[in-house]
Amino acid sequence: MAHRQPQLDLSPPVSDEVRKTTCYMCACRCGINVHMKDGKVAYIEGNRDHPVNKGVLCAKGSAGIMQHNAPSRLRAPLKRVGPRGSGEFEEITWDEALQIATGWLAPIRKTNPEKLAFFTGRDQSQSFTSFWAQNFGTPNYAAHGGFCSVNMAAAGIYTMGGAFWEFGQPDWDHTKLFLLFGVAEDHDSNPIKMGIGKIKARGARIIGVNPIRTGYNAVADDWVGITPGTDGLFILALVHELMKAGKIDLDYLARYTNAPCLVIEAPGSDRHGLLLRDEAGKELVIDTATGDLAPFDAPGICPDLSGSFVLNGQTCRTVMHRMAETYLDPQFSADAVAERCGIPATKIRAVAAEIARIAFDEAVEIQQEWTDFRGERHATMKGRPVSFHAMRGISAHANGFQTCRALHVLQILLGTVEVPGGFRFKPPYPKPATAHPKPHAGMNPCAPLNGPHLGFVQGPEDLALKDDGTPARIDKAFTWENPMSAHGLMHMVISNAHAGDPYKIDTLFLYMANMSWNSSMNTGGVMKMLTDTDENGDYLIPRIIYSDAYSSEMVAYADLVLPDTTYLERHDCISLLDRPICEADTAADAIRWPVADPDRDVRGFQSVLCDLGARLGLPGFTNEDGSAKYADYADYMVNHERRKGIGPLAGWRAGDAADAPEGSGRGESRPDQLQRYIDNGGFWIKHVPEPARYYKPWNSAYQDWAVETGFYDSPSPYLFQLYVEPLRRFQLAAEGHGDRQPPDRLRARIKAAMDPLPIWQDTDQTGNDGFTVHALTQRPMAMYHSWGTQNAWLRQIHGHNPLYVPTKLMREHGLTDGDWARVTSPHGAITVPVMEMAALNDNTVWTWNAIGKRKGAWALETDAPEATRGFLLNHLIHELLPERGDGQRWANSDPITGQAAWFDLKVRLEKTTAPAESQPAFAPMRSPVGTGPETLAWKTAR
Amino acid sequence: MTRLPDRTERQLGLVIDLDTCVGCHACVISCKGWNTENYGAPLSDQQPYGADPSGTFLNRVHSYEVTPLVESAMAQLVHFPKSCLHCEDAPCVTVCPTGASYKRVEDGIVLVNETDCIGCGLCAWACPYGARELDAAAGVMKKCTLCIDRIYNENLPEEDRLPACVRTCPAGARHFGDFSDPDSHVSRLTAERGGMDLMPEQGTKPVNKYLPPRPKDQLESQLGVLAPLLAPVAEDSRGFLGWLDRTLDKI
Amino acid sequence: MHPAPSVILFTTCSGLGFGLLVWLGIGFPAVTGRVAFVFFAIAYLLAAGGLIASTFHLGRPERALKAFTQWHTSWLSREAWCAVAALTLMALYGAGLVFLGTAWPVVGLAGALASLATVFTTSMIYTQLKTVPRWHTVLTPLLFLAISVSGGALMAGQTGLAPWLLLLAGIVQVAVWLRGDGAFDASGTTLASATGLGEIGTVRAFESPHTGTNYLLREFVHVIGRKHARKLRMISLTLMTVLPVILLLLPFGHVLAALAVLSHLAGVAVSRWLFFAEAEHVVGLYYGKR
Ligand SMILES: Nc1nc2c(c(=O)[nH]1)N[C@H]1C(S)=C(S)[C@@H](COP(=O)(O)OP(=O)(O)OC[C@H]3O[C@@H](n4cnc5c(=O)[nH]c(N)nc54)[C@H](O)[C@@H]3O)O[C@H]1N2
Ligand SMILES: Nc1nc2c(c(=O)[nH]1)N[C@H]1C(S)=C(S)[C@@H](COP(=O)(O)OP(=O)(O)OC[C@H]3O[C@@H](n4cnc5c(=O)[nH]c(N)nc54)[C@H](O)[C@@H]3O)O[C@H]1N2
Ligand code: SF4
Ligand code: SF4
Ligand code: SF4
Ligand code: SF4
Ligand code: SF4
Ligand SMILES: [Mo]
Repeated sequence: MAHRQPQLDLSPPVSDEVRKTTCYMCACRCGINVHMKDGKVAYIEGNRDHPVNKGVLCAKGSAGIMQHNAPSRLRAPLKRVGPRGSGEFEEITWDEALQIATGWLAPIRKTNPEKLAFFTGRDQSQSFTSFWAQNFGTPNYAAHGGFCSVNMAAAGIYTMGGAFWEFGQPDWDHTKLFLLFGVAEDHDSNPIKMGIGKIKARGARIIGVNPIRTGYNAVADDWVGITPGTDGLFILALVHELMKAGKIDLDYLARYTNAPCLVIEAPGSDRHGLLLRDEAGKELVIDTATGDLAPFDAPGICPDLSGSFVLNGQTCRTVMHRMAETYLDPQFSADAVAERCGIPATKIRAVAAEIARIAFDEAVEIQQEWTDFRGERHATMKGRPVSFHAMRGISAHANGFQTCRALHVLQILLGTVEVPGGFRFKPPYPKPATAHPKPHAGMNPCAPLNGPHLGFVQGPEDLALKDDGTPARIDKAFTWENPMSAHGLMHMVISNAHAGDPYKIDTLFLYMANMSWNSSMNTGGVMKMLTDTDENGDYLIPRIIYSDAYSSEMVAYADLVLPDTTYLERHDCISLLDRPICEADTAADAIRWPVADPDRDVRGFQSVLCDLGARLGLPGFTNEDGSAKYADYADYMVNHERRKGIGPLAGWRAGDAADAPEGSGRGESRPDQLQRYIDNGGFWIKHVPEPARYYKPWNSAYQDWAVETGFYDSPSPYLFQLYVEPLRRFQLAAEGHGDRQPPDRLRARIKAAMDPLPIWQDTDQTGNDGFTVHALTQRPMAMYHSWGTQNAWLRQIHGHNPLYVPTKLMREHGLTDGDWARVTSPHGAITVPVMEMAALNDNTVWTWNAIGKRKGAWALETDAPEATRGFLLNHLIHELLPERGDGQRWANSDPITGQAAWFDLKVRLEKTTAPAESQPAFAPMRSPVGTGPETLAWKTAR
Repeated sequence: MTRLPDRTERQLGLVIDLDTCVGCHACVISCKGWNTENYGAPLSDQQPYGADPSGTFLNRVHSYEVTPLVESAMAQLVHFPKSCLHCEDAPCVTVCPTGASYKRVEDGIVLVNETDCIGCGLCAWACPYGARELDAAAGVMKKCTLCIDRIYNENLPEEDRLPACVRTCPAGARHFGDFSDPDSHVSRLTAERGGMDLMPEQGTKPVNKYLPPRPKDQLESQLGVLAPLLAPVAEDSRGFLGWLDRTLDKI
Repeated sequence: MHPAPSVILFTTCSGLGFGLLVWLGIGFPAVTGRVAFVFFAIAYLLAAGGLIASTFHLGRPERALKAFTQWHTSWLSREAWCAVAALTLMALYGAGLVFLGTAWPVVGLAGALASLATVFTTSMIYTQLKTVPRWHTVLTPLLFLAISVSGGALMAGQTGLAPWLLLLAGIVQVAVWLRGDGAFDASGTTLASATGLGEIGTVRAFESPHTGTNYLLREFVHVIGRKHARKLRMISLTLMTVLPVILLLLPFGHVLAALAVLSHLAGVAVSRWLFFAEAEHVVGLYYGKR
């Protein structure tokens, strides 16, 4: 009998039109094709031409359509009418909203700009918002980096002029062994997955170092289930074993790092431990050919790694010498660290040996000539195909800065940074700390700040202190408590403002940060701080302005809410001046543009800032005649200039020939620039020339290209800083040298923590007696912090979260799946459901981050599982360490950078009867937008 | 028509690489998005913002913990995407009383003709893999279509004529192709990596194949071979600096 | 499997209804006129009512007629045909009895066979499912037929045969339970074969693909306690077989007979509830459930 089957239309029309823009569901910023039908968003897929994602798209990106349609979208500006936290608002017009904001801000600016604290959370327009804050004149500006991963960024930039994070990536095409430390998802979400897929397809191997074996670690060929907080020890043990076996790249160390630089040994003097420099300030090395001192970049020299030099009676020995003395000490042997790391010594040695094997027996070589900064020509590009990547697992600890440093030192010893098969920078990196600005806090009424807020200090003289030595910034960034807090300390703003320490502020202006919930430690405490009143009944933090696009927990605490559009309805700029989206082989920037029209009374926040800036008369936002300089953000994106010929967007600038699509990146702005971006798929790329692809910090072809593209104004080759001299400068101050002196209570800590060579110290365990279990969170790949929850598709995947408990602890506490446990820390308690997991460090529990929600938020029903069974660990984490009887509360953060130490949390478990809902439970907030529909069947064209 | 074709001209299907899947759910959502907007009724969601959200998905990613029998070996986690396997002997087709379920003779794709489906659910009962879900709003059976409205679609650029889940998978853990061609990418992957059937004992002869995870945690056991690489050149810093001088002299 | 009330109602009632039609078709009891009308009305109420109930669980009941098209492959389609055949033949036969007072034995016999075939095809819908090892056995049609025929005998007032048939049904039922308890393990389908990961070690379902529920979990995963099930089995057996048999052995009376029927009906309903509730679909393995 003939087979009968229906006739199908196998070529149905897919959409009316494809609009190409940039995803906003996380900071990875992939290119997306937005398919439009009947003027509505019908389907979103990855843009194949885009440098970041090359066509693929993650779950969040594909679910963008549900974000765009979410019932939680704010509808109009809101003025608070009930008490803070209640969620009672009235909708007002934009005119009124902007008048209120101007009414609050103008007097501050006239008298004391520091009374405004403007912090911008998960901002993708930091170069713009910081420009605004600088023009306003307040020193109090930062984004969220301080609680996110500043250890990673700062350690990388101080050590090698770039970090993991968004600054670089493994050479996925050539690496043969990839070691991944403490990563669940990362900002580079899609590229990491693509990379893992690529190296798996080639049969290369992955080692995952992580207490938890999920996600990337689950596909790793070998798993190192390390005890949290001990990576530094593990890494230094690898360094020890490799150095002992002579498995380090001496040639690389001599040429490209400060290993041959000379450390002055003059105990007691104010130069002790500094590097020997010439009059021009250049580090000196011994040239093996002559035996004489020479500046490190002198043409033709060959720096000596092991020599010593006596100058004016002071002995100087190389950094390499120092390192040998430090790391060959038996305290760093595999056997000595094994127990603390929770990894057998045999395994540590096996990892070290495998690294050695791949690095030295399987080296790769690319047939490509290049010339280094000393003028020497190299016939090929050699590489050691071991690559590393790490993120918050090593950085979100109070010893994270030095741990991240240790990992960079390991990479550099192996000679595997910026070489084929190793770790590669993404333009505009490499860029050493010295090429970055220093922090500025110089403030005057009615005038812009004296320079950019954030930067990289080189010593005590760069700290942001007032004349009386007190912190200049509300978050106490760049003070003796955390001298190298390169990203500010957003997590301290609310508690400092509440305490009036270092001073009181008037208006807290926040943008996209859910500070009253998942973004803060001590969540309950923060909610209280936001609602606490003084003896007159006035709020201790007098005014709060907040911009969000959705009905988040934080909205409820604002006095004035400026509703943003969704990402498909506004202009945005992914700029090279900001957190760029480049790949190792390309410089790239991109835009977002309104692919759909807003159907509500909302405005892009950046456009609102342009308007507000003009109303306040900020110089950068006003013309001579007092009129607004920028009609909106799109206008700013095209017409703003940071330096001559350098603007927010590098593509299609005037002066570039029409037939040179890649252009130079520099030049005057051009009116049709945005249309050219749109025509090109929303982005611009410029390829790194072949001879410039590796060895970027020392490769003259790259240096020239970087100048042409506008990253530097002149070639700036530099050495990798195995030994970080600025750290030593702080130690010298703590030892009593120099005019700027730390308070006595901090001297010992600074001396111990700010070692110029990476060290490992256990994190402060004060008050942790009896709390023995590590408690961690991980990013779920299919959720973005709090804001994935409003997404009807994603919330079905992660609608509540159990606490995962290792088999051993399950047995010890008589727990089985579905039981509830009371989890206590020195700071608080939560009661939550548990689930067993065997592929987990024996002494670690964990849960997915930011799944728990407050009732009434996100337009969810109040009995949503996120609120009844979901929970946050944040209730257990405090921004301060427990009292230790010295009259001080020490911050729960890295003593060098101020990085919030989320992952230092220690807890205790006990089985308990199941409560009606997870604890603590908070009163519901009223939803300013109501709740969502009963069913959903989204289809644009029926 | 519920009689299975004696043979199909091609056997289109997926290879899913369990060694590479990181469990990101990208394929799940991309599938949901494409199939909500395209073939047949949209994939609906009930209580999408409520207490018990639940919706239709054609592809879901499970995860399994595997504890090796050797006590010293560590437990592993395997992410496990699952959609219709487009079985050769598809029991879901033969049970269908209306002929709505059928297997295409051209390419072996198992489909539901939604205009004929009465939503009796029997095909879902017959499928061992949980690959079919009855849509609560439309009342008809939904299942993976192997993106039939993409793979031949002349309105899409040629490189995009593949399933949405395959196109989107960031890790490249999903592969699409013709298993009847022994030289196809999917056939070769299956042969090289030991591609396997799920529940072979059910006799469904699935077309989709799963590549098993590669052996894990082998490093420590290779220490014997690796150890010589760590043969010390020095025991302490003095020895090391001596070695350094000797070595540098040679360079 | 989820014990959907509509399906339980359908199989219970229609089984009994068709069972009664079988007896009526072969002339037991040999009734005509009014009495025949009552018997036939009851039988049709049960059989057709059950069939209608079964459409409640359809997503698209308005298209139910399409279910007739696939008789050459689909047991559900065959069931539809058999049911229509049985109901038509028996309607003809019944019309003869009620209105003409005449029995057309050939029609009756054909109707009885079609009725049996209906029950058989119904049972085959479940029996054919390899995915539910508890159902995938010749015992399933045996059970359905035994219950249907014995219940029919009871309804038809066959007090002589009925106790024996009820006993037989009881025995088959016990056999079904005993076999059923080991069926899943005997099927060879395990989480190891479902995932192909058994080679590596012991497989355990970790995270479910969604924290919420879905169609599959609602439809196929129904967990009942062992103790609870055992209690229900006793109740079912008592109501379905033991009590009616005892009642039948007592001196005949309409009340007792009605009680016996009701008891039997309730017992069958519990048996059917267990039939679904205890049946484990292999897909549950993927969710770490059975
Ligand atoms: N326990 C624990 N807590 C943590 C962490 C952890 O690892 N463990 N990680 C910390 C880290 S690294 C981070 S970065 C924070 C992140 O935490 P948050 O910064 O709070 O991040 P989100 O939850 O994404 O919230 C940002 C806000 O931006 C809003 N938003 C989204 N889109 C838009 C838009 O287009 N415009 C505007 N104006 N607003 C928008 C959202 O509605 C939301 O209210 O969490 C921190 N908290
Ligand atoms: N899907 C998704 N993507 C995101 C985000 C999101 O919310 N969702 N958030 C974005 C943001 S703001 C950030 S900051 C990045 C963060 O990206 P990740 O750095 O990947 O952040 P986490 O999820 O916090 O993962 C921390 C990992 O470190 C491990 N870990 C914890 N302590 C230790 C330790 O002591 N040693 C080692 N070796 N490992 C440890 C944890 O087990 C976990 O796997 O992700 C970004 N990308
Ligand atoms: S990783 Fe996902 S969420 Fe992030 S930008 Fe890319 S597609 Fe969007
Ligand atoms: S996987 Fe299930 S639905 Fe797909 S063909 Fe096989 S039996 Fe049918
Ligand atoms: S649900 Fe639809 S496709 Fe499935 S068996 Fe019934 S009629 Fe056929
Ligand atoms: S092939 Fe298409 S329908 Fe099937 S799982 Fe993939 S995306 Fe979904
Ligand atoms: S998209 Fe790819 S990696 Fe992600 S869950 Fe699906 S198959 Fe796995
Ligand atoms: Mo972050």
